[in-house]
Amino acid sequence: MTTQHVAMTVNGEKREADVEPRLLLVHLLRDVFLLTGTHIGCDTSNCGACTVHVNGQSAKSCTMLAVQADGAEIKTIEGMADGAKLHPLQQAFWDQHGLQCGFCTPGMIMQAAWFLGENPDPSETEIRAGIAGNLCRCTGYVNIVKSIQQVAGTLAEGASAPVVAAATTEGQAVSAEPAAAG
Amino acid sequence: MTTETPLQTTPEVGGMGHSVKRKEDPRFIRGQGKYIDDLVLPGMLWLDIVRSPYAHAKIKGIDASEALKVPGVAAVITGADLEKAGLHWMPTLAGDRQMVLPTDTVMYQAQEVAAVVATSRYAAADGVAAVLVDYEPLEVIVDPFKALEEGAMVLRPDRAADKQTNRIWHWESGDKAKADAALAAADVRIEEDIYIPRIHVASIETCGCVADWDATNGHLDLHMTSQAPHAIRTVLALVSGLPEHQIRVKTHDIGGGFGGKVPVYPGYVLAVVASLTTGKPVKWIEDRSENLQADSFARDYHIHAELAATKEGKITGLKVRTIADHGYTDAAADPSKFPAGLFNVITGSYDFQNCFVEVDGVYTNKPPGGVAYRCSFRVTEAVHAIERMVDILAHDIGKDPAQLRMENFIQPEQFPYKTPTGWSYDSGNYPAALQKAMDIIDYAGLRKEQAEKLAKGELMGIGISSFTEIVGAGPSHDFDILGIKMFDSCEIRVHPTGKVIARLGVQSQGQGHETTFAQIIAEELGFPVADIKIEEGDTDTAPYGLGTYASRSTPVAGAATAIAARKIKEKARHIAAHLLECSADDLEWTNGKWSVKGSPDRFKTIQEIAFAAYTNHPAGMEAGLEAVDYYDPPNLTFPFGSYICVVDIDKGTGEVHVRRFVAIDDCGNIINPMIVDGQIHGGLTMGLAPALYEQITYDEQGNNLAGTFMDYLLPTAVETPAWEVGKTTTPSPHHPIGAKGVGESATVGAPPAIANAVVDALWHLGVRNIDIPITPQKVWAILHEKGIS
Repeated sequence: MTTQHVAMTVNGEKREADVEPRLLLVHLLRDVFLLTGTHIGCDTSNCGACTVHVNGQSAKSCTMLAVQADGAEIKTIEGMADGAKLHPLQQAFWDQHGLQCGFCTPGMIMQAAWFLGENPDPSETEIRAGIAGNLCRCTGYVNIVKSIQQVAGTLAEGASAPVVAAATTEGQAVSAEPAAAG
Repeated sequence: MTTETPLQTTPEVGGMGHSVKRKEDPRFIRGQGKYIDDLVLPGMLWLDIVRSPYAHAKIKGIDASEALKVPGVAAVITGADLEKAGLHWMPTLAGDRQMVLPTDTVMYQAQEVAAVVATSRYAAADGVAAVLVDYEPLEVIVDPFKALEEGAMVLRPDRAADKQTNRIWHWESGDKAKADAALAAADVRIEEDIYIPRIHVASIETCGCVADWDATNGHLDLHMTSQAPHAIRTVLALVSGLPEHQIRVKTHDIGGGFGGKVPVYPGYVLAVVASLTTGKPVKWIEDRSENLQADSFARDYHIHAELAATKEGKITGLKVRTIADHGYTDAAADPSKFPAGLFNVITGSYDFQNCFVEVDGVYTNKPPGGVAYRCSFRVTEAVHAIERMVDILAHDIGKDPAQLRMENFIQPEQFPYKTPTGWSYDSGNYPAALQKAMDIIDYAGLRKEQAEKLAKGELMGIGISSFTEIVGAGPSHDFDILGIKMFDSCEIRVHPTGKVIARLGVQSQGQGHETTFAQIIAEELGFPVADIKIEEGDTDTAPYGLGTYASRSTPVAGAATAIAARKIKEKARHIAAHLLECSADDLEWTNGKWSVKGSPDRFKTIQEIAFAAYTNHPAGMEAGLEAVDYYDPPNLTFPFGSYICVVDIDKGTGEVHVRRFVAIDDCGNIINPMIVDGQIHGGLTMGLAPALYEQITYDEQGNNLAGTFMDYLLPTAVETPAWEVGKTTTPSPHHPIGAKGVGESATVGAPPAIANAVVDALWHLGVRNIDIPITPQKVWAILHEKGIS
């Protein structure tokens, strides 16, 4: 099959490849660029495990062709942390037990990051609607919502996330890890 | 007795009862988890599968010639190829057999028919599209009752001459005469048909593997999505004839399991065959449609229940007849002695001694059923039936459902409680859990509101479920899978500098084992959680165990961990006595150190002792500080809880809105409260799902009508309510740390609470039961018929 040359910026780096026109963006990211943090959970755009940012927009990378991303700015979960410093949403998902098996987590974080850019201080109902395109089978969403709430209202000012202890209904909040950067 | 979990360690150590943040999370939140499809080996090929469009058909021919011309296609494997090696059938975990690839007949839609191996994912798919299969469609049986009719076509003629029937087995439990007598003598007799539909676990990661055959060394690495890697290795050795020490099964991070990653699927075997054939690593990854159409399913129980009671509402007996649709083969993952799993725990939380249960397993033209959906071997079916029946009884005699439950509960002082079907419940305090739920939700206030709303014509319902779980399989005298006893294991090694590695026979799929098992060791030995590494899922290094399903990890492997740690603690005592030049009998253990009784300033920390174990151990003692334990539980554990659900029903659309849901769980002593709450949140959502949304249905031709996420509706954050959770704590008396297991309780307990709430809202219209999932269509049809909508 003939191939087509594509070039794009992925997490700030220039990347190029010769791809079949039918190659899905998610397969370019995973199989060619070896950025395997973006996952595949369905074939029908329902689960959102493959969510990335394309030119600043949240996009399900299983529903885009790689050639459609030619020239685009792509951001994946691997581009969220600043070296050792976690993105506030990554920190919040850890603090609030917002993940279990971790498979939906990258897509969930990417969707939440985009969504908070659109709506920096959402209500719980708005958060739930904002992640309705991302399925999680483990957490029941309670702690995902809390994770996003931990960050809500902080990103717009460019501030880091506040340190909020993991809250559980009856459990006490403890961390065996070094305290999160404030 | 209801107690609070006492904290014995500091937050820095992080033993039991601390909400320690998960040690596994840093890699997941950075996208650095390693799941099966992330694994790429040099020279790796991809395998894709040709699947049947028919639910029942003769295969008249397979033409692979065009497929072999597709660029990149390396091989096409058919049933005829496998037959030459005797690999076209394989055993199921339930003692039946299952086709790897068919040689003459396909038995369900989406069954594997041939495999294509190619140099890329896309080339393999091109190859699949080019394989021509000539089918002759046959009569299809999708209804298990029709399968049992006289003269019905025999779906499995390959079975023995005395088994030429679609009835796979008949299983009974309890005392029929006593149950009949109780029903005959009853003031009140409730009779109901309850169907628990076929559903699918649909973990967000599908199944897959990379098989890597090393011909030079005669060694097979099988990287795979398995909840039970050790058992898989043994089965693989027995089926393939490869020596077991030359097979390594390796799991990586697993993106959810819920029971769906227990069985051996044909795809795994095909990847192994393809690697053996090509001499290269071969990857097989399902897509979602394959996963939803061909992997093992759960439930599909047609239950007919009869409940006997006095006119005051005291339950006196229960009789249950069930038809179990297993699809074309019995590939259930139940322990050998329990073809219907633990379904006979159906007497639930209630004190009565007359019960009889019978179940018939039946073949149909569907994929294999009978695998769990986040539950312990059919306990969900049992709980749904008894909780629905009790609720109908309460409504029938006009007694409040909470009051009726309180009057029928097994009381705290009755434990250990022997049930009429032979289980011995270890501990419980059922009234306390229900009372706590009622207090939190303001039960009396809700009943008042409901009456006011009803007067205004609004539909509001309150549903209760007071369930008893049965987990932690299991004691070796009763529990095995393919003959392998259901023990589990832990090996702990303490290094000289006081750092610890522990390996277990179970396998996390998101439960947080890397954190919680470290907390058990921290609790027992005083090492900080940060100094303890937990490893699972490499059969070359981990001790043998039966794996993670049926909430057995904490009850069995958690116990093994505590016992192994105690063995280390005992050896440490003798090393400390040597260092302190005293008798071991004069030492006492407090907070990670052995100290001389009465002289608390004379002590050795566990870290000092660990160093001495390698540098200054007593004469006559082996060096080192490590232990292993294979734990054979004396009994199962019986977590329980009471859930109360409030629903509002939209009269115009029939939609059920869960307004509040209070879940009080008792899983014994708690290792990590944060993780327990997370398990319950997730379990509740997987209880909501089959109650209101999920069902795998088939048309009369056996076509799967829910084969994508467009049709099989997993709840999103929008449908899922903000769960309200709480606890009571009743330790298990026989478990070393008093824990019971919690991963599945909520999935078991939630559906009847929701169904009971909906029926409660509609009872005044003459509604006695609605089978789950309670979709808007079902409710709207009822409201329309009654002239409400």
